Amino acid sequence: MSDLQAFQEKTRSWLEENCPKSMRKPMRNEFDACWGGRDCEFSSEDQKLWLQRMGAKGWTAPEWPKEYGGGGLDKEQAKILKTELAKIKARPALLSFGVWMLGPALLKFGSEEQKKQFLPPIVRGEIRWCQGYSEPGAGSDLASLQTKCEDKGDHYLINGQKVWTSYADKSDWIFCLVRTNREAKKHLGISFILFDMASDGVSTKPITLISGKSPFCETFFDDVKVPKEQLVGTLDRGWDIAKYLLTHEREMIGGSSDGSMGGRSIGEVAVLALGANENGELADSALRSKIATAELDGWAFLLTMERSKDEAKAGHGIGAKSSMLKYYGTELNKRRFELLMASKGLSALEWEGEASNDGQLPRQWLRTKGNSIEGGTSEVQLNIISKRILGLPDPKAN
Amino acid sequence: MALVYTEEHEMLREAAKGFLQEKSPVTEFRSLRDNQDPLGFSRKLWQEMAEMGWAGILIEEQYGGLDFGFTGAALILEEMGRTLCASPFLSSSVIAATALRFGSEETKANWLSKIASGEAVIALALEEGVKHDPVATSMTAEKSGNGYRLNGSKSYVFDGMAADGFLVLARSSGEAGQADGLSLFMVDSKVSGLSSTATKLLDSRNYAALVFDNVEVSGGDLIGSVGAGLTMLEPALNAGRIGLAAEMLGCSDQCFESTTEYLKERKQFGQIIGSFQGLQHRSAHLYSELELVRSAVIKAGQDFEKNPEHSGMIASLAKAKSGEVGILAANEAVQMLGGIGMTDELDAGLYMKRIRAAQELLGDYAFHANRFAKWRGF
Ligand SMILES: Cc1cc2nc3c(=O)[nH]c(=O)nc-3n(C[C@H](O)[C@H](O)[C@H](O)COP(=O)(O)OP(=O)(O)OC[C@H]3O[C@@H](n4cnc5c(N)ncnc54)[C@H](O)[C@@H]3O)c2cc1C
Repeated sequence: MSDLQAFQEKTRSWLEENCPKSMRKPMRNEFDACWGGRDCEFSSEDQKLWLQRMGAKGWTAPEWPKEYGGGGLDKEQAKILKTELAKIKARPALLSFGVWMLGPALLKFGSEEQKKQFLPPIVRGEIRWCQGYSEPGAGSDLASLQTKCEDKGDHYLINGQKVWTSYADKSDWIFCLVRTNREAKKHLGISFILFDMASDGVSTKPITLISGKSPFCETFFDDVKVPKEQLVGTLDRGWDIAKYLLTHEREMIGGSSDGSMGGRSIGEVAVLALGANENGELADSALRSKIATAELDGWAFLLTMERSKDEAKAGHGIGAKSSMLKYYGTELNKRRFELLMASKGLSALEWEGEASNDGQLPRQWLRTKGNSIEGGTSEVQLNIISKRILGLPDPKAN
Repeated sequence: MALVYTEEHEMLREAAKGFLQEKSPVTEFRSLRDNQDPLGFSRKLWQEMAEMGWAGILIEEQYGGLDFGFTGAALILEEMGRTLCASPFLSSSVIAATALRFGSEETKANWLSKIASGEAVIALALEEGVKHDPVATSMTAEKSGNGYRLNGSKSYVFDGMAADGFLVLARSSGEAGQADGLSLFMVDSKVSGLSSTATKLLDSRNYAALVFDNVEVSGGDLIGSVGAGLTMLEPALNAGRIGLAAEMLGCSDQCFESTTEYLKERKQFGQIIGSFQGLQHRSAHLYSELELVRSAVIKAGQDFEKNPEHSGMIASLAKAKSGEVGILAANEAVQMLGGIGMTDELDAGLYMKRIRAAQELLGDYAFHANRFAKWRGF
């Protein structure tokens, strides 16, 4: 038996023993998702157990080094773990900005102390992180951000405002972009800093979205004191870290959906809702061909995600290609949810009540509209592809 | 298996690229077209390709082939697409070589080594209507002594005017529209009762219309078992589909690259037109689509190599996606080049015409999307 086969066997039996039965069903709603954190309210004992076990094994961050709490797996092993988890339809044990975004950035740019301090609690789901990038005046033009960070000798002092901070009100810590130099060119006066959301002077105000939910906030900093060792990398050079983190975020957002709903493909959802003709084909042939197109694209896209991973050397980001994945994946996801809505017809409009699980589908559909905005809009991704990959010149101001 | 090429594959690609760019640049295709070459390809060049082993790339060593694997064949087709190189490679070395695996020992001995050496060209005589539709086959194969008698006609047989033999799908029982009752035959082109006329299509390659008038074939010419012809042919069809997808990827890539270069040179309103965001975003979108096509083509090649009998769905993905994106790539090329893109002098139009033909052959987008949807249960 090869090493990989042995690993597969071991993984399979570990999962068989350790993944609670109730964690092997598709998630029904947002409460089934576990984000961890100090104040984590587990929806069940099983959910808690599943996070604890996976966290202890380091498998919430399978490819991070063991010394920082990660699983220490290589790319092939990680692929196997993913496949085995999918086979038993296991829910993710942890959803985490720490795992998807901050971790990779810390592994590359953080000091040894920072890695030791921050990475293990991320893996175990003990500390929940939020992302303080966008500001009222700095969205697509992120580098024009103004949140002020002053050197006060033995600490930094932060004043300013962030906006669209996802889950700021539920998070324990924030990774934040701040201006540390007003004289330098805009990209060269930004630093990347970490602090506790429980610090004096931090406050948040939830914003309600079109989906009726309010997962994101305005976040205010009023004379927030931050210990100096919490600045990551070099002073004024946080932009490089910010960009590196964004490539991970973009890859993650692009690949965040496989286009299924409750374990069913769009085509299956449509046949169940609208019926099939005598050949077993979706009766509405115009809708059928649109779904086929979305599913073909979805498959080719999945292969492209896989290929990007195969191409990227282990541990490194995939650079500007993440913009392509982000652009295509999010636009595709919007298309899919349009088709799911069409497939369910009038029933897709139900906003409250048990039948619709309190409007789960229409709320998700509305949420997908943000996929092509968060983490940099589709237009911005297309700009990046044009410039960085195709080598086209910068647009001139007219 | 990782979705990347091995070193061995990359070497083959480099060799193919070098050879084709030197011996068969687009100007070669142009001159074949302008001289109204009846075959649309150069026999001499095909012979050179055969000497390098390409003609037998999928054929077992005992018949003089390389047995290199399907991904290699797809890579050659991709490079052929880049320079619009016309050759019987797809018909003979990909489709026929795959189908003949199921042939009798006698058929294999007769044909495979000739395919591998480039001595014989074999074409697929399949279509009877204007859309790819194997089950619609109505040409008849009646039992006659130990063999069969073929009657009917076939159209749009690519490489049919160059062929020494044909793979023919005919109905031995049942009626048009049924997948059962079809049988596959290997027919020598010199057999009596078989006549062919050339059909000229927009891509300047050779296509034939065939009439079978009481053509007698022997039992040994039957490939696989009687009535199961479509099952026998399916892997070969999928090989052809993936091959066409790879060729279209090469065509589209080339179109896209030259267009992007033009965007960096041409000035209007005192600016390089590539700085206009309207064009940038369309280019970036096309780039993304091409990346999806590339993934599908690589995966299809790998899967076919591993398991040719079960590669229908991935072949449909590759063929559908590369045809759809190929059309986009050609249309965008002409549009972004502007007036000059409409001229015969530029290559964009040549690519547009080849892509148009390749996406239609062996099933267009709708055919494959429909097949895919059925497999997926909707
Ligand atoms: C669901 C969701 C969650 C989010 N979570 C977070 C978070 O956790 N943390 C955080 O920091 N931020 C978060 N964001 C903010 C997000 O990153 C910004 O909304 C995004 O970068 C766009 O900025 P903006 O909203 O200011 O839009 P603007 O930049 O004002 O854009 C408006 C429009 O102009 C277009 N545009 C702008 N510049 C160009 C250009 N150069 N070329 C072409 N078109 C252009 C845009 O594409 C867009 O269509 C979140 C957003 C959403 C929707």
